[in-house]
Amino acid sequence: MIAIENLSKTYGKLAVLDNLSVRFEGGRVVSIIGPNGAGKTTMSKCILGIVLPDSGDIKFKGESILKKHAYRSQIGYMPQIGKYPENMKIRQVIEMVRDIRKDATVIDEELIGLYGLQNMYDKRMGSLSGGTKQKVSAALAFMFDPQVLILDEPTAGLDPISAEILKCKILKEKKKGKLILITSHIMSEVEEVADEVMCLMDGSVKFHDTITEIKQQANEERLSRAIAKIMHEED
Amino acid sequence: MKKIIKYVLYDIVRNKIVVAYTLFLLLLSVGLFNLGSSPEKGLLSLLNLVLLTVPLISIVFATTHFYNSYEFMELLVSQPIKRSKIFMSEYLGVTLSLSAALVIGMGIPVMLFAPGATGLYLVLTGVFITFIFVALAFLASVLTRDKAKGIGIALLLWFYFALIYDGIVLFILYSFADYPLEYATLTMTALNPVDLGRIMVLLNLDVSALMGYTGALYKSIFGSMWGIVSAFGVMLLWVTIPLITSRNIFQKRDL
Amino acid sequence: MRNLSKNIVVWTACTLVWLLGCPLAFGDTLKVCNTCEYHSVKEAVRKAKAGDVVLVDGGVYLESGIEITQPISLIGRNNPVIDGRNSGQIITIKSSNVKLEGFTVQNVAVSYMRDDAAIRVADRENIQILNNTVLNTYFGIYLQNADNSVVKGNVVKGVNTGKIESALGNAIHVWRTDGAEISNNRVEGHRDGIYFEYVTNSLVHENTSERNNRYGLHFMFSDGNVYTRNIFRKNGAGVAVMYTRDIRMEHNTFEDNWGAAAYGLLLKDISQSTIRNNTFRRNTTGIYMESSSRLHIEGNDFDRNGWAIRLLASCIQDTFRLNNFTANSFDVSTNGSPTMNLFEQNYWDKYTGYDLNKNSVGDVPYRPVSLYSMLVERVPPSVMFMRSFMVDLLDSIERVMPSFIPETLIDESPLMKKINHDSDRKLVQNLR
Repeated sequence: MIAIENLSKTYGKLAVLDNLSVRFEGGRVVSIIGPNGAGKTTMSKCILGIVLPDSGDIKFKGESILKKHAYRSQIGYMPQIGKYPENMKIRQVIEMVRDIRKDATVIDEELIGLYGLQNMYDKRMGSLSGGTKQKVSAALAFMFDPQVLILDEPTAGLDPISAEILKCKILKEKKKGKLILITSHIMSEVEEVADEVMCLMDGSVKFHDTITEIKQQANEERLSRAIAKIMHEED
Repeated sequence: MKKIIKYVLYDIVRNKIVVAYTLFLLLLSVGLFNLGSSPEKGLLSLLNLVLLTVPLISIVFATTHFYNSYEFMELLVSQPIKRSKIFMSEYLGVTLSLSAALVIGMGIPVMLFAPGATGLYLVLTGVFITFIFVALAFLASVLTRDKAKGIGIALLLWFYFALIYDGIVLFILYSFADYPLEYATLTMTALNPVDLGRIMVLLNLDVSALMGYTGALYKSIFGSMWGIVSAFGVMLLWVTIPLITSRNIFQKRDL
Repeated sequence: MRNLSKNIVVWTACTLVWLLGCPLAFGDTLKVCNTCEYHSVKEAVRKAKAGDVVLVDGGVYLESGIEITQPISLIGRNNPVIDGRNSGQIITIKSSNVKLEGFTVQNVAVSYMRDDAAIRVADRENIQILNNTVLNTYFGIYLQNADNSVVKGNVVKGVNTGKIESALGNAIHVWRTDGAEISNNRVEGHRDGIYFEYVTNSLVHENTSERNNRYGLHFMFSDGNVYTRNIFRKNGAGVAVMYTRDIRMEHNTFEDNWGAAAYGLLLKDISQSTIRNNTFRRNTTGIYMESSSRLHIEGNDFDRNGWAIRLLASCIQDTFRLNNFTANSFDVSTNGSPTMNLFEQNYWDKYTGYDLNKNSVGDVPYRPVSLYSMLVERVPPSVMFMRSFMVDLLDSIERVMPSFIPETLIDESPLMKKINHDSDRKLVQNLR
């Protein structure tokens, strides 16, 4: 569904993405892992058009997304730290995004209900806790029934119950044939929801396999150990 | 786009700075008209105010607003919407609210105390200056991600246009006093929107002293319909050039 | 009340009848009207003998070239109109002791060679030209070599829209005359409103001169004249006084004279004169002074002018006292360092000093010349930076630490309060 071709991006002298090429197909949950500064967030931001690559191309359903914006109606994004205008109320944020995505036919308010957000509609974004902001971000990401979901550290600020709700939601959406990209450092979580793991290191793909393949390859039962082993071997 | 402007405006109004700005202008305008012996004197004092504080407040407010709106813009950028639309919405949101403050805070007193073409020119000049300096502020903001640096650049721009530029031009005029300088002066004033605005109001106001040969020349240029239109045309260029430049930069950079 | 006014009317009527009847005692009356003995003014004038009165009663007379060669009175009643239909000069007075009153004289074409006028007096004395209306002429009333003549209560109105200076004549033109009185006239729409050349010991009083293309009043080589209570308004270049001495100009109003080369009062090579109690309002330049010396400029009001006074370096020994300077863009400007001129006890609205000993005189001197005015004098285009913050800044710095402005131009005793010239006599007395 998404094909990244020879993508490069540098900040000053630092090459964050270095000739990165990778493909993601629908109906899969792909976990993107890698050490800090490996380019995980930059890659997601490139897909979203927040960061513009220096060279290379990103194709969504076979078409380049560079300098386009309409394709984003097919993407739901949940940022690592949700930043919202402090003076806006939850209701206004949601209304505004719905205004922008007027064309969406399906409105999925499941997460709003499960998180009880409607009870807090009149609270200012500035007054919300980090976890609540994450809930708003999650609700917004899933709201328009997008074909691709990009979740950046989705459970980082969430309490266990809310995290569980989110995981269920992820699995549910996967079954509808969606592509879900998750960046995460928590291996147990990865193991729980992901089908594939893509490891980024210094801006390029270290490996990209299904979880079973990885376990076999490293001959380890636990995913975290398997990954640690693979990374160690290649050094 | 209208909807985004609506939210930008909502955010600015909640900020209360614009409300304070309106009250500040209102108080100063009413005060100046009551203190001054004649409406004309009031207009003159207001002119100085417009040319000094309106650019300053516009440029500082717009720069800080831009940096404070990064979250908002990030949120929008991941949505299916054009970046230029986001940018223009921000621009129009800021300029419309500042212009509204100007029209309410200064326009109403002017129309009450000194109705007429001169007052109208003054308010119109103020609105143009607002649009120009917000555009310059956005240009400063897209040039650097660092908020302190951005505000620094903005202040320098203000300092240059409101103060330094006139000093430089006067120095040039003094140094080349032996040459005919009328058209050179005309060009040099057109290169600074603050000067352009000042002259446009002044020619309607303080005509007598400006009536030397230069004044007559200017009057013949700015007094005609064509001159007024072209002066406002130049002002419009002063809005569009920085605005389009900064929009292009905004479209081609990371958030 | 009613009776009183009735009485006045009766008395006035009687007096008028007596006045009109007066010449009858010395000569005949030749009547001109539709039903009278004479139908032509020209014919009646030709027939008139010395001391006769030619009385024209209403009507329009299409005539020109009327020549008065005897000392007669040509009197118009019920507003008779003499229309020259652009066929040359209309009335030429070639005798002394002539009185011309009560006519409307109109339509004289431009004549560059002859300088045709509606009414011309040539080389004769004691002429009275009273209460006439002169419309649409090249020159209006032209006195040449006409000593002791009176031009009073006339209206001279030309059409100057769209015309250049050289296609216009002067409204009242006086040349080589001694002891003339020009008073209560209204002149407008000509080249110069009132023009004096080699005119001496004459009085110009209570005239209104406006909308003339060049000067409202223009005089050269005309010594010893007095100008009082005139109004000069909206003339192309204001009032010009050149190459003259011993002038007294008092209680005149110079206003709204503005344009690229307009002055309230332009002084060039004039000396030993007094300019007192005049009002200069909204002129580009209130007074422009070049090579002028020993002038007393006192008790005048300079209000809302571009430059109140432009004092060129060639002026010496001029005194400026007890004047009010209010709301002028520049109070005084100069092109160099004029010497031996004295400014004292003037009121300057830009003065920011203090008066600790409460004697109505500021304790620190005032410098009426600003740095910026010097710059404008040197580089005229820099006037476009007026009211720029930078300019105000430069002026303030220069005022605190003077280094460019001439030290000689300084008012050591500026007044704290504006002088009311009518009621503040006491203050003025004290100061003297």
